[in-house]
Amino acid sequence: MNRFSYLRATSIDEAMREAAADPTARFIAGGTNLIDLMKYNVERPTRLIDITRLPLNGIEETESGGLRLGALVTNDETAFDSRIQDRYPLLASAIQAGASPQLRNAATTGGNLLQRTRCYYFYDPETPCNKREPGTGCPAAFGRNRIHAILGTSDHCIATHPSDMAVAMAALQAIVHVRGPGGERAIPIADFHRLPGEHPEIDNTMLHGEIITSVELPPDGFSRNYTYLKLRDRLSYAFALVSVAAALRMENGTIAQARLALGGVAHKPWRDPAAEAMLQGQPATEDRFRAVADHILKDARGYQDNAFKIDLARRAIVTALSQAASGTPQSQIDKRIQ
Amino acid sequence: MNASRKGSSKLETVPVTLTVNGETKRLEVLPWTILLDLLRDHLKLSGTKKGCDHGQCGACTVLVDGRRLNSCMAFAVMKDGAQITTVEGLARNGDLHPLQQAFIDHDAFQCGYCTPGQICSGVGLIEEGRAHTRDEIREYMSGNICRCGAYTNIVDAIEQVIGADAEAGR
Repeated sequence: MNRFSYLRATSIDEAMREAAADPTARFIAGGTNLIDLMKYNVERPTRLIDITRLPLNGIEETESGGLRLGALVTNDETAFDSRIQDRYPLLASAIQAGASPQLRNAATTGGNLLQRTRCYYFYDPETPCNKREPGTGCPAAFGRNRIHAILGTSDHCIATHPSDMAVAMAALQAIVHVRGPGGERAIPIADFHRLPGEHPEIDNTMLHGEIITSVELPPDGFSRNYTYLKLRDRLSYAFALVSVAAALRMENGTIAQARLALGGVAHKPWRDPAAEAMLQGQPATEDRFRAVADHILKDARGYQDNAFKIDLARRAIVTALSQAASGTPQSQIDKRIQ
Repeated sequence: MNASRKGSSKLETVPVTLTVNGETKRLEVLPWTILLDLLRDHLKLSGTKKGCDHGQCGACTVLVDGRRLNSCMAFAVMKDGAQITTVEGLARNGDLHPLQQAFIDHDAFQCGYCTPGQICSGVGLIEEGRAHTRDEIREYMSGNICRCGAYTNIVDAIEQVIGADAEAGR
């Protein structure tokens, strides 16, 4: 690991100012991804700004009737908060599906959104990687790519964003609040992460020196008809091969509103508003769910090791929509899929 | 907090105060010192084990302010002021922690390398109070890998302590 200087920030302004003054500075909170990347020499910050003492750690009601999660609230605190469990059980479920109790005790709301891909090549500085070193190539496209993307890839990068939390937040249309030298911004989560395109080195639309202050959850938590279905190589403590967050509003057996977000398949949580519109006003039938899945996956592209994900995603979408429609969300304890 | 800004060839340490197993330690640490290495190499508390060193196996689990964490994924300097409990700090007045005793009763280890992490994680799980069934114990212990495969007996040991606590109304 490289050496670095350390600052324990005592105010948000100080943290922003110090970051803006040094392009290689990084904020650190839970550290569960950054420290790992530093151990592999993927990240080599010369200065770490410890933001854990900043006042960004509460869960509060918003004026519109939603909840605001401070950037430093841990994943464990969020997942087991009674207001989150009652009003946003999709988010609680997705977080419980991710990582381990130890990691969830450390990992924070902001850090979870900012975690990097777990692409094997990104993690190995001995290999080329356009995300780590722009212009060097993407060995994953022609190498081992079981965990990689099938939607929204580019010639430059086929990495996935590994978060479960962000997938649920995408379905809930959360808003990421950031503060920086240019002032405050509210970024809809759909615009927060980006597709790789020609610049896979850029994961999201934040600017250097900006800091996430909170994530706002809109009032509608879809708490009656939801599920988070995560499929992976072992039943716990593994990243998603495919995950589906489904949130429905049912009226008299008909779908009045539908939200669907996929994890493990793209460089960002994958939404498809046209597919969601196909469910609106429709009865909850498997035929309709299959048509929606086909629509979402019509442009999917499989690579050597991950072509199975296309069919897996198709079946996962159908199962998740059925679970959500029937009000029987996937248990994150008993992993049998009903 | 006084770490050198940049370009200094002298390595500047940062003062850190930790309460480790009830004992207050005033330390000077380099910013990149990992908590696990501080415990093992500086404080000679080698009960906590280094397994994968990447937050994937749980062998390094300790309790920080009562919550279980991977000590391999934490800079010591960031834990200034924290209360840390390692496996060495679980016994009270020479009596093993009930979970330590339960691990012996149930033969819940073979090689023993993951055991300190399993026990600290299990103590954290019991404190959290969320696990009531074997399935819940298994899920909430999923951050601790045992390559010998002693899982069944580990669940037995934790179940015994949770059951005894429930009976005693704790």
